[in-house]
Amino acid sequence: MLTLENVYANYGTLQIIQGVSMEIKDGEMISLVGSNGAGKTTLLKTISGLKKPESGKIIWDGEDITSLSPDKIVARGIVQIPEGRKLFPQMSVEENLILGSYLKDAKKKRKETLAYVYEMLPDLLKKAKMPAGSLSGGQQQMVAIGRGLMACPKVLIFDEPSIGLSPLLTDIMFEIIKKIKDSGTTVMLVEQNVQNALKMADRGYVLEQGRIAMEGLSADLLNNEELKKSYLGI
Amino acid sequence: MAISITQSLIDGLLMGGVYALAALGVSLIFGVMKITNFAHGALITVGMFIAYQVYTSFNINPYISLPITILIMFFIGFGIQKLTINPIISAPSHNQLLLTQGLSIVLENLLLVIFTANYKSVLLPGFDKALKVGSISVNKPKLIAFGLVVVASLGVYLLLQKTDVGHAISATSVQREGATLMGIKVPKINAIAFGIGVACAGVAGALLAPIQYISPTVGEGFQLKCFVIAVFGGLGNIWGAVVAGLIIGIVESLASLALGGSWSEMVIYLIFILVLLFKPTGLFGKKTR
Repeated sequence: MLTLENVYANYGTLQIIQGVSMEIKDGEMISLVGSNGAGKTTLLKTISGLKKPESGKIIWDGEDITSLSPDKIVARGIVQIPEGRKLFPQMSVEENLILGSYLKDAKKKRKETLAYVYEMLPDLLKKAKMPAGSLSGGQQQMVAIGRGLMACPKVLIFDEPSIGLSPLLTDIMFEIIKKIKDSGTTVMLVEQNVQNALKMADRGYVLEQGRIAMEGLSADLLNNEELKKSYLGI
Repeated sequence: MAISITQSLIDGLLMGGVYALAALGVSLIFGVMKITNFAHGALITVGMFIAYQVYTSFNINPYISLPITILIMFFIGFGIQKLTINPIISAPSHNQLLLTQGLSIVLENLLLVIFTANYKSVLLPGFDKALKVGSISVNKPKLIAFGLVVVASLGVYLLLQKTDVGHAISATSVQREGATLMGIKVPKINAIAFGIGVACAGVAGALLAPIQYISPTVGEGFQLKCFVIAVFGGLGNIWGAVVAGLIIGIVESLASLALGGSWSEMVIYLIFILVLLFKPTGLFGKKTR
Protein backbone atom coordinates (compact mmCIF):
# COMPACT_ATOMS: atom_id res chain seq x y z
CA MET A 1 0.00 0.00 0.00
CA LEU A 2 1.21 3.49 -0.91
CA THR A 3 0.26 6.20 1.57
CA LEU A 4 0.76 9.96 1.43
CA GLU A 5 0.51 11.73 4.77
CA ASN A 6 -0.07 15.47 4.73
CA VAL A 7 2.46 16.17 1.97
CA TYR A 8 3.54 19.74 1.26
CA ALA A 9 5.70 20.70 -1.72
CA ASN A 10 6.66 24.05 -3.19
CA TYR A 11 8.73 25.73 -5.86
CA GLY A 12 10.67 28.51 -4.16
CA THR A 13 8.05 30.52 -2.30
CA LEU A 14 5.21 29.13 -4.41
CA GLN A 15 3.19 26.55 -2.48
CA ILE A 16 2.00 23.92 -4.96
CA ILE A 17 1.00 20.96 -2.83
CA GLN A 18 -0.65 21.96 0.42
CA GLY A 19 -1.21 19.01 2.67
CA VAL A 20 -2.24 16.09 0.49
CA SER A 21 -3.10 12.74 2.07
CA MET A 22 -4.08 9.73 0.01
CA GLU A 23 -3.76 5.99 0.00
CA ILE A 24 -3.59 3.44 -2.77
CA LYS A 25 -4.29 -0.14 -1.81
CA ASP A 26 -2.64 -3.10 -3.52
CA GLY A 27 -4.35 -4.11 -6.73
CA GLU A 28 -6.54 -1.05 -6.74
CA MET A 29 -6.94 1.54 -9.46
CA ILE A 30 -7.36 5.11 -8.34
CA SER A 31 -7.77 8.25 -10.38
CA LEU A 32 -6.38 11.60 -9.44
CA VAL A 33 -8.21 14.25 -11.40
CA GLY A 34 -8.02 18.00 -11.45
CA SER A 35 -7.70 20.92 -13.78
CA ASN A 36 -4.50 22.27 -15.27
CA GLY A 37 -2.27 23.76 -12.60
CA ALA A 38 -3.93 21.95 -9.71
CA GLY A 39 -0.55 20.42 -8.83
CA LYS A 40 -1.00 16.92 -10.22
CA THR A 41 2.40 16.67 -11.91
CA THR A 42 4.18 18.19 -8.90
CA LEU A 43 2.53 15.63 -6.63
CA LEU A 44 3.73 12.83 -8.91
CA LYS A 45 7.26 14.25 -8.97
CA THR A 46 7.18 14.18 -5.19
CA ILE A 47 6.09 10.54 -5.14
CA SER A 48 8.81 9.57 -7.63
CA GLY A 49 11.51 11.39 -5.68
CA LEU A 50 12.22 13.98 -8.38
CA LYS A 51 11.13 16.61 -5.91
CA LYS A 52 11.62 16.59 -2.16
CA PRO A 53 8.54 17.53 -0.13
CA GLU A 54 8.76 20.33 2.45
CA SER A 55 6.97 18.20 4.97
CA GLY A 56 4.79 15.15 5.19
CA LYS A 57 5.54 11.51 4.59
CA ILE A 58 5.28 9.01 1.77
CA ILE A 59 5.06 5.43 2.98
CA TRP A 60 5.30 2.28 0.91
CA ASP A 61 4.56 -1.08 2.55
CA GLY A 62 5.39 0.33 5.96
CA GLU A 63 8.67 1.89 4.83
CA ASP A 64 9.17 5.65 4.81
CA ILE A 65 10.35 6.41 1.26
CA THR A 66 10.02 10.20 1.48
CA SER A 67 13.73 10.92 1.26
CA LEU A 68 14.79 8.12 -1.09
CA SER A 69 16.42 8.96 -4.42
CA PRO A 70 14.40 8.31 -7.61
CA ASP A 71 16.30 5.13 -8.51
CA LYS A 72 15.57 3.61 -5.08
CA ILE A 73 11.88 4.43 -5.49
CA VAL A 74 11.84 2.77 -8.93
CA ALA A 75 13.63 -0.20 -7.33
CA ARG A 76 10.74 -0.48 -4.83
CA GLY A 77 8.40 -0.94 -7.81
CA ILE A 78 6.87 2.53 -7.92
CA VAL A 79 7.17 3.50 -11.55
CA GLN A 80 5.91 6.58 -13.31
CA ILE A 81 5.03 7.00 -16.98
CA PRO A 82 5.60 10.72 -17.27
CA GLU A 83 3.50 13.33 -18.99
CA GLY A 84 4.84 14.00 -22.47
CA ARG A 85 6.25 10.46 -22.48
CA LYS A 86 9.91 11.53 -22.09
CA LEU A 87 11.21 8.83 -24.43
CA PHE A 88 14.74 8.59 -25.79
CA PRO A 89 13.86 9.67 -29.35
CA GLN A 90 17.02 8.66 -31.21
CA MET A 91 17.01 5.15 -29.75
CA SER A 92 14.97 2.34 -31.19
CA VAL A 93 11.69 1.26 -29.65
CA GLU A 94 13.33 -1.87 -28.30
CA GLU A 95 16.27 0.06 -26.81
CA ASN A 96 13.75 2.31 -25.06
CA LEU A 97 11.96 -0.72 -23.67
CA ILE A 98 15.20 -2.32 -22.53
CA LEU A 99 16.24 0.83 -20.68
CA GLY A 100 13.04 0.42 -18.69
CA SER A 101 14.61 -2.69 -17.18
CA TYR A 102 17.83 -0.92 -16.21
CA LEU A 103 17.73 -1.80 -12.53
CA LYS A 104 19.04 -5.10 -11.19
CA ASP A 105 15.81 -6.93 -10.38
CA ALA A 106 14.07 -5.90 -13.60
CA LYS A 107 17.19 -6.78 -15.61
CA LYS A 108 17.05 -10.37 -14.42
CA LYS A 109 13.57 -10.75 -15.88
CA ARG A 110 14.29 -8.66 -18.99
CA LYS A 111 13.61 -11.35 -21.58
CA GLU A 112 10.33 -12.53 -20.11
CA THR A 113 9.07 -9.01 -19.47
CA LEU A 114 9.93 -7.99 -23.02
CA ALA A 115 7.95 -10.92 -24.38
CA TYR A 116 5.05 -9.94 -22.10
CA VAL A 117 5.19 -6.31 -23.27
CA TYR A 118 5.17 -7.34 -26.93
CA GLU A 119 2.23 -9.60 -26.25
CA MET A 120 0.34 -6.81 -24.51
CA LEU A 121 1.32 -4.16 -27.09
CA PRO A 122 1.80 -6.10 -30.35
CA ASP A 123 2.16 -2.91 -32.42
CA LEU A 124 5.50 -2.29 -30.71
CA LEU A 125 6.95 -5.53 -32.04
CA LYS A 126 6.41 -4.33 -35.60
CA LYS A 127 8.17 -1.05 -34.81
CA ALA A 128 10.87 -2.56 -32.58
CA LYS A 129 13.82 -1.37 -34.67
CA MET A 130 12.48 2.09 -35.51
CA PRO A 131 13.68 5.19 -33.66
CA ALA A 132 11.10 6.02 -31.00
CA GLY A 133 11.09 9.65 -32.11
CA SER A 134 9.78 8.70 -35.57
CA LEU A 135 6.56 7.19 -34.21
CA SER A 136 3.17 8.88 -33.97
CA GLY A 137 2.00 10.30 -30.65
CA GLY A 138 -0.21 7.33 -29.88
CA GLN A 139 2.52 4.82 -30.65
CA GLN A 140 4.99 6.82 -28.55
CA GLN A 141 2.55 6.64 -25.66
CA MET A 142 2.50 2.86 -26.07
CA VAL A 143 6.32 2.80 -25.98
CA ALA A 144 6.23 4.82 -22.78
CA ILE A 145 3.76 2.36 -21.25
CA GLY A 146 5.87 -0.57 -22.41
CA ARG A 147 9.00 1.02 -21.00
CA GLY A 148 7.23 1.49 -17.67
CA LEU A 149 6.12 -2.14 -17.67
CA MET A 150 9.70 -3.26 -18.27
CA ALA A 151 10.59 -1.97 -14.80
CA CYS A 152 8.33 -4.68 -13.31
CA PRO A 153 6.18 -2.16 -11.46
CA LYS A 154 4.08 -2.90 -8.42
CA VAL A 155 2.45 0.52 -8.72
CA LEU A 156 2.26 2.08 -12.16
CA ILE A 157 1.55 5.79 -12.23
CA PHE A 158 0.23 7.31 -15.46
CA ASP A 159 0.56 11.08 -15.83
CA GLU A 160 -1.94 12.39 -18.38
CA PRO A 161 -1.64 9.42 -20.76
CA SER A 162 -4.48 10.68 -22.98
CA ILE A 163 -2.95 14.08 -23.63
CA GLY A 164 -2.73 14.81 -27.36
CA LEU A 165 -4.40 11.54 -28.38
CA SER A 166 -7.49 11.18 -30.56
CA PRO A 167 -10.67 9.90 -28.86
CA LEU A 168 -10.20 6.53 -30.57
CA LEU A 169 -6.60 6.18 -29.39
CA THR A 170 -7.61 7.36 -25.94
CA ASP A 171 -10.11 4.49 -25.75
CA ILE A 172 -7.49 1.99 -26.87
CA MET A 173 -5.07 3.30 -24.31
CA PHE A 174 -7.55 3.19 -21.46
CA GLU A 175 -8.28 -0.38 -22.52
CA ILE A 176 -4.58 -1.21 -22.14
CA ILE A 177 -4.43 0.44 -18.73
CA LYS A 178 -7.39 -1.68 -17.68
CA LYS A 179 -5.59 -4.82 -18.83
CA ILE A 180 -2.54 -3.84 -16.80
CA LYS A 181 -4.73 -3.35 -13.73
CA ASP A 182 -6.43 -6.70 -14.31
CA SER A 183 -3.04 -8.39 -14.41
CA GLY A 184 -2.60 -7.41 -10.77
CA THR A 185 -0.62 -4.16 -11.00
CA THR A 186 -1.76 -1.30 -8.81
CA VAL A 187 -2.57 1.71 -10.97
CA MET A 188 -2.67 5.41 -10.25
CA LEU A 189 -4.14 7.32 -13.15
CA VAL A 190 -3.72 11.07 -13.29
CA GLU A 191 -5.99 12.71 -15.81
CA GLN A 192 -7.68 15.84 -16.99
CA ASN A 193 -10.12 13.58 -18.80
CA VAL A 194 -12.21 13.38 -15.64
CA GLN A 195 -15.15 11.30 -16.85
CA ASN A 196 -13.12 8.56 -18.52
CA ALA A 197 -10.64 8.37 -15.69
CA LEU A 198 -13.27 8.06 -12.99
CA LYS A 199 -15.31 5.53 -14.96
CA MET A 200 -12.35 3.17 -15.01
CA ALA A 201 -11.10 3.60 -11.47
CA ASP A 202 -12.24 2.08 -8.20
CA ARG A 203 -11.81 5.31 -6.31
CA GLY A 204 -11.00 8.88 -7.14
CA TYR A 205 -9.36 11.95 -5.70
CA VAL A 206 -10.03 15.48 -6.93
CA LEU A 207 -7.09 17.84 -6.58
CA GLU A 208 -7.82 21.57 -6.46
CA GLN A 209 -5.12 24.17 -5.86
CA GLY A 210 -2.85 21.67 -4.17
CA ARG A 211 -5.50 20.22 -1.85
CA ILE A 212 -7.71 17.17 -2.07
CA ALA A 213 -11.11 18.74 -2.59
CA MET A 214 -13.11 15.51 -2.88
CA GLU A 215 -12.49 11.82 -2.58
CA GLY A 216 -14.53 8.67 -2.67
CA LEU A 217 -15.77 5.81 -4.79
CA SER A 218 -15.69 6.68 -8.47
CA ALA A 219 -19.39 6.02 -8.89
CA ASP A 220 -20.22 8.44 -6.06
CA LEU A 221 -17.92 11.10 -7.46
CA LEU A 222 -19.44 10.79 -10.91
CA ASN A 223 -22.86 11.47 -9.37
CA ASN A 224 -21.62 14.35 -7.25
CA GLU A 225 -23.44 17.53 -8.33
CA GLU A 226 -20.51 19.80 -7.57
CA LEU A 227 -18.07 17.68 -9.53
CA LYS A 228 -20.49 17.38 -12.42
CA LYS A 229 -20.80 21.15 -12.58
CA SER A 230 -17.11 22.02 -12.32
CA TYR A 231 -15.50 19.18 -14.31
CA LEU A 232 -18.05 17.51 -16.51
CA GLY A 233 -20.03 20.55 -17.60
CA ILE A 234 -23.31 18.86 -16.86
CA MET B 1 53.43 20.82 -55.21
CA ALA B 2 51.13 17.80 -55.48
CA ILE B 3 53.49 15.86 -53.23
CA SER B 4 53.66 18.56 -50.60
CA ILE B 5 49.86 18.84 -50.59
CA THR B 6 49.53 15.06 -50.17
CA GLN B 7 52.13 15.18 -47.44
CA SER B 8 50.31 17.98 -45.73
CA LEU B 9 46.97 16.19 -46.04
CA ILE B 10 48.41 13.09 -44.38
CA ASP B 11 50.06 15.05 -41.58
CA GLY B 12 46.86 16.96 -41.00
CA LEU B 13 44.72 13.87 -40.98
CA LEU B 14 46.98 12.14 -38.45
CA MET B 15 47.00 15.12 -36.09
CA GLY B 16 43.28 15.61 -36.69
CA GLY B 17 42.71 12.16 -35.28
CA VAL B 18 44.24 13.15 -31.96
CA TYR B 19 42.20 16.37 -31.90
CA ALA B 20 39.12 14.33 -32.72
CA LEU B 21 39.55 12.04 -29.73
CA ALA B 22 40.17 14.93 -27.34
CA ALA B 23 37.17 16.84 -28.70
CA LEU B 24 35.01 13.72 -28.50
CA GLY B 25 35.57 13.94 -24.75
CA VAL B 26 34.44 17.58 -24.64
CA SER B 27 31.34 16.76 -26.66
CA LEU B 28 30.44 13.70 -24.60
CA ILE B 29 30.68 15.68 -21.37
CA PHE B 30 28.63 18.51 -22.84
CA GLY B 31 26.04 16.09 -24.19
CA VAL B 32 25.42 14.47 -20.84
CA MET B 33 25.86 17.41 -18.45
CA LYS B 34 25.45 20.50 -20.65
CA ILE B 35 28.76 21.70 -19.22
CA THR B 36 31.70 22.80 -21.31
CA ASN B 37 34.82 21.42 -19.72
CA PHE B 38 37.39 24.22 -19.87
CA ALA B 39 39.83 22.03 -17.95
CA HIS B 40 40.07 19.66 -20.90
CA GLY B 41 43.33 21.15 -22.17
CA ALA B 42 44.94 20.91 -18.74
CA LEU B 43 43.76 17.31 -18.51
CA ILE B 44 45.39 16.56 -21.87
CA THR B 45 48.59 17.88 -20.28
CA VAL B 46 48.06 15.63 -17.26
CA GLY B 47 47.84 12.70 -19.68
CA MET B 48 51.13 13.79 -21.25
CA PHE B 49 52.86 13.93 -17.90
CA ILE B 50 51.52 10.53 -16.85
CA ALA B 51 52.96 9.07 -20.06
CA TYR B 52 56.20 10.99 -19.49
CA GLN B 53 56.59 9.92 -15.86
CA VAL B 54 55.82 6.26 -16.57
CA TYR B 55 58.34 6.35 -19.40
CA THR B 56 61.16 8.00 -17.43
CA SER B 57 60.58 5.97 -14.24
CA PHE B 58 59.82 2.54 -15.64
CA ASN B 59 60.95 2.81 -19.25
CA ILE B 60 57.50 1.77 -20.48
CA ASN B 61 56.63 3.61 -23.66
CA PRO B 62 53.38 5.63 -23.80
CA TYR B 63 51.69 3.14 -26.13
CA ILE B 64 52.20 0.27 -23.76
CA SER B 65 51.26 2.31 -20.71
CA LEU B 66 48.07 3.56 -22.35
CA PRO B 67 45.73 1.31 -20.30
CA ILE B 68 47.28 2.70 -17.10
CA THR B 69 46.82 6.24 -18.36
CA ILE B 70 43.20 5.51 -19.25
CA LEU B 71 42.51 4.07 -15.81
CA ILE B 72 44.17 6.92 -13.90
CA MET B 73 42.50 9.57 -16.06
CA PHE B 74 39.08 7.95 -15.74
CA PHE B 75 39.28 8.08 -11.97
CA ILE B 76 40.63 11.63 -12.01
CA GLY B 77 37.60 12.60 -14.10
CA PHE B 78 35.18 10.61 -11.98
CA GLY B 79 36.58 12.26 -8.85
CA ILE B 80 36.56 15.78 -10.29
CA GLN B 81 32.93 15.36 -11.28
CA LYS B 82 31.82 13.97 -7.91
CA LEU B 83 33.72 16.51 -5.82
CA THR B 84 33.46 19.72 -7.81
CA ILE B 85 30.99 19.56 -10.67
CA ASN B 86 28.10 17.62 -9.15
CA PRO B 87 27.51 20.25 -6.46
CA ILE B 88 27.08 22.97 -9.11
CA ILE B 89 25.29 20.86 -11.72
CA SER B 90 22.20 23.06 -11.63
CA ALA B 91 24.06 26.35 -11.21
CA PRO B 92 23.98 28.95 -14.01
CA SER B 93 26.36 28.12 -16.85
CA HIS B 94 28.75 31.02 -16.14
CA ASN B 95 29.42 29.55 -12.69
CA GLN B 96 30.17 26.19 -14.26
CA LEU B 97 32.47 27.84 -16.76
CA LEU B 98 34.36 29.56 -13.94
CA LEU B 99 34.65 26.27 -12.09
CA THR B 100 36.14 24.30 -14.97
CA GLN B 101 38.38 27.23 -15.89
CA GLY B 102 39.50 27.36 -12.25
CA LEU B 103 40.19 23.64 -12.29
CA SER B 104 42.35 24.18 -15.33
CA ILE B 105 44.44 26.79 -13.48
CA VAL B 106 44.78 24.54 -10.44
CA LEU B 107 45.89 21.58 -12.56
CA GLU B 108 48.42 23.64 -14.52
CA ASN B 109 49.95 25.03 -11.36
CA LEU B 110 50.05 21.62 -9.72
CA LEU B 111 51.99 20.38 -12.73
CA LEU B 112 54.29 23.42 -12.50
CA VAL B 113 55.00 22.64 -8.85
CA ILE B 114 55.67 18.97 -9.49
CA PHE B 115 57.44 19.07 -12.83
CA THR B 116 58.73 22.69 -13.07
CA ALA B 117 58.35 24.79 -16.20
CA ASN B 118 61.26 23.14 -18.03
CA TYR B 119 60.31 21.61 -21.32
CA LYS B 120 60.39 17.86 -21.43
CA SER B 121 60.06 15.33 -24.19
CA VAL B 122 59.56 11.64 -24.69
CA LEU B 123 62.07 10.41 -27.26
CA LEU B 124 61.36 6.86 -28.25
CA PRO B 125 64.36 5.10 -29.80
CA GLY B 126 63.39 3.45 -33.06
CA PHE B 127 60.38 5.69 -33.56
CA ASP B 128 62.27 8.79 -34.63
CA LYS B 129 62.90 7.75 -38.20
CA ALA B 130 60.07 8.64 -40.55
CA LEU B 131 58.37 5.99 -42.61
CA LYS B 132 58.97 6.57 -46.33
CA VAL B 133 56.35 5.78 -48.91
CA GLY B 134 57.70 7.05 -52.23
CA SER B 135 58.43 10.69 -51.62
CA ILE B 136 55.89 10.95 -48.79
CA SER B 137 57.27 10.57 -45.31
CA VAL B 138 55.11 9.63 -42.37
CA ASN B 139 56.08 10.39 -38.80
CA LYS B 140 55.83 7.07 -36.90
CA PRO B 141 54.48 8.35 -33.57
CA LYS B 142 51.79 10.26 -35.47
CA LEU B 143 50.84 7.16 -37.42
CA ILE B 144 50.65 5.04 -34.28
CA ALA B 145 48.71 7.78 -32.53
CA PHE B 146 46.18 7.78 -35.34
CA GLY B 147 45.82 4.00 -35.21
CA LEU B 148 45.28 4.06 -31.45
CA VAL B 149 42.83 6.95 -31.77
CA VAL B 150 40.77 4.81 -34.13
CA VAL B 151 40.86 1.96 -31.60
CA ALA B 152 39.95 4.28 -28.70
CA SER B 153 37.06 5.91 -30.60
CA LEU B 154 35.78 2.49 -31.56
CA GLY B 155 36.00 1.55 -27.88
CA VAL B 156 33.89 4.56 -26.90
CA TYR B 157 31.44 3.74 -29.68
CA LEU B 158 31.01 0.14 -28.52
CA LEU B 159 30.73 1.24 -24.90
CA LEU B 160 27.92 3.67 -25.77
CA GLN B 161 26.10 1.36 -28.18
CA LYS B 162 26.48 -2.06 -26.65
CA THR B 163 26.48 -1.72 -22.88
CA ASP B 164 23.75 -0.84 -20.41
CA VAL B 165 25.90 1.91 -18.94
CA GLY B 166 26.44 3.28 -22.44
CA HIS B 167 22.72 3.27 -23.12
CA ALA B 168 22.15 4.98 -19.79
CA ILE B 169 24.68 7.67 -20.80
CA SER B 170 22.92 8.26 -24.13
CA ALA B 171 19.53 8.23 -22.43
CA THR B 172 20.63 10.74 -19.82
CA SER B 173 22.04 13.06 -22.45
CA VAL B 174 18.77 13.25 -24.41
CA GLN B 175 16.17 12.91 -21.68
CA ARG B 176 17.37 13.45 -18.13
CA GLU B 177 13.98 13.19 -16.46
CA GLY B 178 12.92 10.16 -18.47
CA ALA B 179 16.20 8.48 -17.52
CA THR B 180 15.74 9.30 -13.83
CA LEU B 181 12.23 7.83 -13.87
CA MET B 182 13.61 4.56 -15.27
CA GLY B 183 15.84 4.22 -12.23
CA ILE B 184 19.03 5.50 -13.85
CA LYS B 185 21.23 7.18 -11.23
CA VAL B 186 21.89 10.37 -13.11
CA PRO B 187 24.61 11.72 -10.75
CA LYS B 188 26.56 8.48 -11.15
CA ILE B 189 26.10 8.49 -14.93
CA ASN B 190 27.36 12.10 -14.96
CA ALA B 191 30.50 11.04 -13.12
CA ILE B 192 31.09 8.06 -15.42
CA ALA B 193 30.59 10.19 -18.52
CA PHE B 194 32.99 12.80 -17.14
CA GLY B 195 35.48 10.04 -16.41
CA ILE B 196 35.24 8.74 -19.98
CA GLY B 197 35.59 12.27 -21.38
CA VAL B 198 38.67 12.89 -19.26
CA ALA B 199 40.12 9.51 -20.24
CA CYS B 200 39.78 10.61 -23.90
CA ALA B 201 41.77 13.74 -23.04
CA GLY B 202 44.34 11.57 -21.27
CA VAL B 203 44.75 9.23 -24.24
CA ALA B 204 45.15 12.22 -26.55
CA GLY B 205 47.79 13.60 -24.18
CA ALA B 206 49.68 10.32 -23.91
CA LEU B 207 49.69 9.96 -27.70
CA LEU B 208 50.91 13.54 -28.11
CA ALA B 209 53.76 13.01 -25.64
CA PRO B 210 56.14 11.45 -28.19
CA ILE B 211 55.08 13.96 -30.86
CA GLN B 212 55.71 17.27 -29.21
CA TYR B 213 57.42 18.95 -26.27
CA ILE B 214 55.76 18.71 -22.86
CA SER B 215 55.21 21.56 -20.46
CA PRO B 216 52.52 22.33 -17.87
CA THR B 217 50.88 25.02 -20.01
CA VAL B 218 50.99 23.27 -23.37
CA GLY B 219 47.34 22.19 -23.00
CA GLU B 220 46.02 25.72 -23.42
CA GLY B 221 46.34 25.60 -27.18
CA PHE B 222 44.56 22.26 -27.28
CA GLN B 223 41.82 23.52 -24.98
CA LEU B 224 40.69 26.14 -27.46
CA LYS B 225 41.07 23.77 -30.39
CA CYS B 226 38.96 21.10 -28.68
CA PHE B 227 36.28 23.64 -27.97
CA VAL B 228 36.28 24.89 -31.57
CA ILE B 229 36.06 21.32 -32.87
CA ALA B 230 33.27 20.34 -30.47
CA VAL B 231 31.23 23.38 -31.51
CA PHE B 232 32.04 22.77 -35.18
CA GLY B 233 30.76 19.20 -34.90
CA GLY B 234 27.70 20.29 -32.92
CA LEU B 235 28.16 20.39 -29.14
CA GLY B 236 27.01 17.10 -27.68
CA ASN B 237 27.31 15.26 -31.00
CA ILE B 238 30.35 13.09 -30.37
CA TRP B 239 30.63 11.65 -33.89
CA GLY B 240 30.27 15.17 -35.26
CA ALA B 241 33.27 16.06 -33.10
CA VAL B 242 35.30 13.22 -34.62
CA VAL B 243 34.61 14.36 -38.18
CA ALA B 244 35.19 18.00 -37.25
CA GLY B 245 38.47 17.04 -35.58
CA LEU B 246 39.75 15.43 -38.76
CA ILE B 247 38.63 18.45 -40.81
CA ILE B 248 40.32 20.90 -38.45
CA GLY B 249 43.51 18.84 -38.49
CA ILE B 250 43.60 18.91 -42.30
CA VAL B 251 42.65 22.59 -42.53
CA GLU B 252 45.37 23.50 -40.04
CA SER B 253 47.95 21.55 -41.97
CA LEU B 254 46.95 22.88 -45.40
CA ALA B 255 46.74 26.45 -44.08
CA SER B 256 50.20 26.24 -42.64
CA LEU B 257 51.48 24.90 -45.98
CA ALA B 258 49.81 27.67 -47.95
CA LEU B 259 50.17 30.61 -45.56
CA GLY B 260 52.85 29.59 -43.07
CA GLY B 261 52.58 28.12 -39.60
CA SER B 262 51.60 31.27 -37.75
CA TRP B 263 48.57 31.75 -39.98
CA SER B 264 47.13 28.30 -39.55
CA GLU B 265 45.59 29.00 -36.14
CA MET B 266 44.01 32.13 -37.48
CA VAL B 267 42.33 30.16 -40.27
CA ILE B 268 40.89 27.77 -37.67
CA TYR B 269 39.40 30.56 -35.60
CA LEU B 270 38.14 32.28 -38.73
CA ILE B 271 36.25 29.08 -39.54
CA PHE B 272 35.02 29.01 -35.96
CA ILE B 273 33.62 32.52 -36.24
CA LEU B 274 31.97 31.68 -39.56
CA VAL B 275 30.40 28.56 -38.05
CA LEU B 276 29.07 30.57 -35.12
CA LEU B 277 27.68 33.19 -37.48
CA PHE B 278 26.05 30.96 -40.06
CA LYS B 279 25.48 27.56 -38.44
CA PRO B 280 25.74 27.97 -34.68
CA THR B 281 24.50 24.41 -34.07
CA GLY B 282 27.60 23.11 -35.87
CA LEU B 283 28.06 20.95 -38.94
CA PHE B 284 25.95 18.08 -37.64
CA GLY B 285 24.19 19.83 -34.78
CA LYS B 286 20.51 19.33 -34.31
CA LYS B 287 18.29 22.36 -34.52
CA THR B 288 17.75 23.90 -31.15
CA ARG B 289 14.44 23.03 -29.66
